[in-house]
Amino acid sequence: MSTKHNERKTEPRLGIEGLSKNYLVRSEAIPALDGIDLTIEDGEFVAIVGSSGCGKSTLLRIIAGLETDYAGRVSLAGKSITGPGLDRGMVFQEHRLLPWLTVEQNVRFGLKTGYSGEVRKLVDEHLDLVGLSGFANAYPYQLSGGMAQRVAIARALVNQPELLLMDEPFGALDALTRIQMQQEVLRIRKAEKTTMILVTHDIDEAIFLGDRVVVMSSRPGRIKRVIKVDLPHPRDRGSYEFVKIRQEIYREFFKEAELPFSYAI
Amino acid sequence: MTSGSNRHLQTSLYVVQYFALLLILVVAWQALSDLGYIQPIILPPPSRVLATLWGMTTSGLLARHIGISVIRVLEGFGIAALLGLALGIGIGLSRTLDRMTGLLIQLIKPIPPIAWIPVAILWFGIGEQSKVYIIFLGAFFPVIINTIDGIRQTDHKLVEVARILEVSKSRFIWQVVLPGAFPTIMTGLRVGLMVAWMCVVAAELIAAGSGVGYLIMDARQLSQSDVVVVGMITIGVIGKLMDSLISLLEKRVITWKSVFSGV
Repeated sequence: MSTKHNERKTEPRLGIEGLSKNYLVRSEAIPALDGIDLTIEDGEFVAIVGSSGCGKSTLLRIIAGLETDYAGRVSLAGKSITGPGLDRGMVFQEHRLLPWLTVEQNVRFGLKTGYSGEVRKLVDEHLDLVGLSGFANAYPYQLSGGMAQRVAIARALVNQPELLLMDEPFGALDALTRIQMQQEVLRIRKAEKTTMILVTHDIDEAIFLGDRVVVMSSRPGRIKRVIKVDLPHPRDRGSYEFVKIRQEIYREFFKEAELPFSYAI
Repeated sequence: MTSGSNRHLQTSLYVVQYFALLLILVVAWQALSDLGYIQPIILPPPSRVLATLWGMTTSGLLARHIGISVIRVLEGFGIAALLGLALGIGIGLSRTLDRMTGLLIQLIKPIPPIAWIPVAILWFGIGEQSKVYIIFLGAFFPVIINTIDGIRQTDHKLVEVARILEVSKSRFIWQVVLPGAFPTIMTGLRVGLMVAWMCVVAAELIAAGSGVGYLIMDARQLSQSDVVVVGMITIGVIGKLMDSLISLLEKRVITWKSVFSGV
């Protein structure tokens, strides 16, 4: 852990205690999340994996402040989350860029202040960060999926949030672009030192990026296990330690009889 | 080289496809008239219609009537567009305003503008105002309904992005809601202008001393069927030109997407 924020406080960046959420379906309460406890430290990268419907996206939306109807306590630096805020940035599975704004305007859309030299510098810096300096005047329809998602990351980071939330950000990209984007995220993390939470259904992605991998079970969504990934970056997806962790996570999802990884090696 | 001449060939093919049906109809119409199947008093042959059109164009008579009708349309449509946009945006953004106005709009909307003519004459007399009022009524509803619809269809996913970025209300309206609603609003304006143009003719058919509608009505009473047809063709051509103009304007403004061009 870095020591750069030590003087601030001993509070964890994000604290979740006894979080539960129900959805009402035909006046019947369907539990989506049940008794979630999770603490995330400053500068940490936490990857959450689970099958679809396990509530991992709901968890992220609660942290983002998009869902406010829940039981339990969710706090950011000791303060309860009651709605969205600029201290949290979010990247969705779809890039969600405004189609009528250029790349540069889309990044600027995240900033409160009007047009000024300072704003221009911030926007330029963040376009540079995601490697899209030459595309400032392009429209979203002119970009590839990976490029559009880079712009979305730049937009989420331009306010310099303390916490970056990513909801399956590379799920819609092809395998090669996805790997490229994962390396990109590592680079950005190194440069910005932002605390990051990634929701994914790609176990390799979770191990490649996360300091910890949170495994969730479905219906209701519960935390099944938290696995620490103590490997140096860049991580080799074929290394013994990597495969061992993958095996551990697979075991949480599949019965011993059918372990798909054993064929993969 | 080859691709260049191919493109030329394709362009000529498109031009032929564009005009073929119209040409065939006109030729058939002329032929049937020449062969005596169509009586000139019921439908004058294209040759005579063209001659009349030429005469009316050179004398400036046609231009005068068109000018008067177009000015009426621009007045009525202009008021309808301003009011329809302003009210539509207000109603689209506010659920309360929508509840308060919804019933009234839905009750008045089905009444055809022509049915308003008697009261329009009572209220405004037979001068310009009553005609402009009829045109306004015709254009107003397409504009307001489409504006409300366009705003209601704002992409929920973009709304979430705006919420997360804590975008101000005015910025949210100007950069998220209105651009998203723009194509639908343009459709409303386009339909509104078309209806306005149809309404001017209807209004002039009944009480007017000028305009294209009056031209048709006056010629009917004098049994000048060629002038009637010239008037009808004029209405069609002007309407088409207005529509083309507005869609050209739309393409100029919407630069952010490629348009579906048919299979």
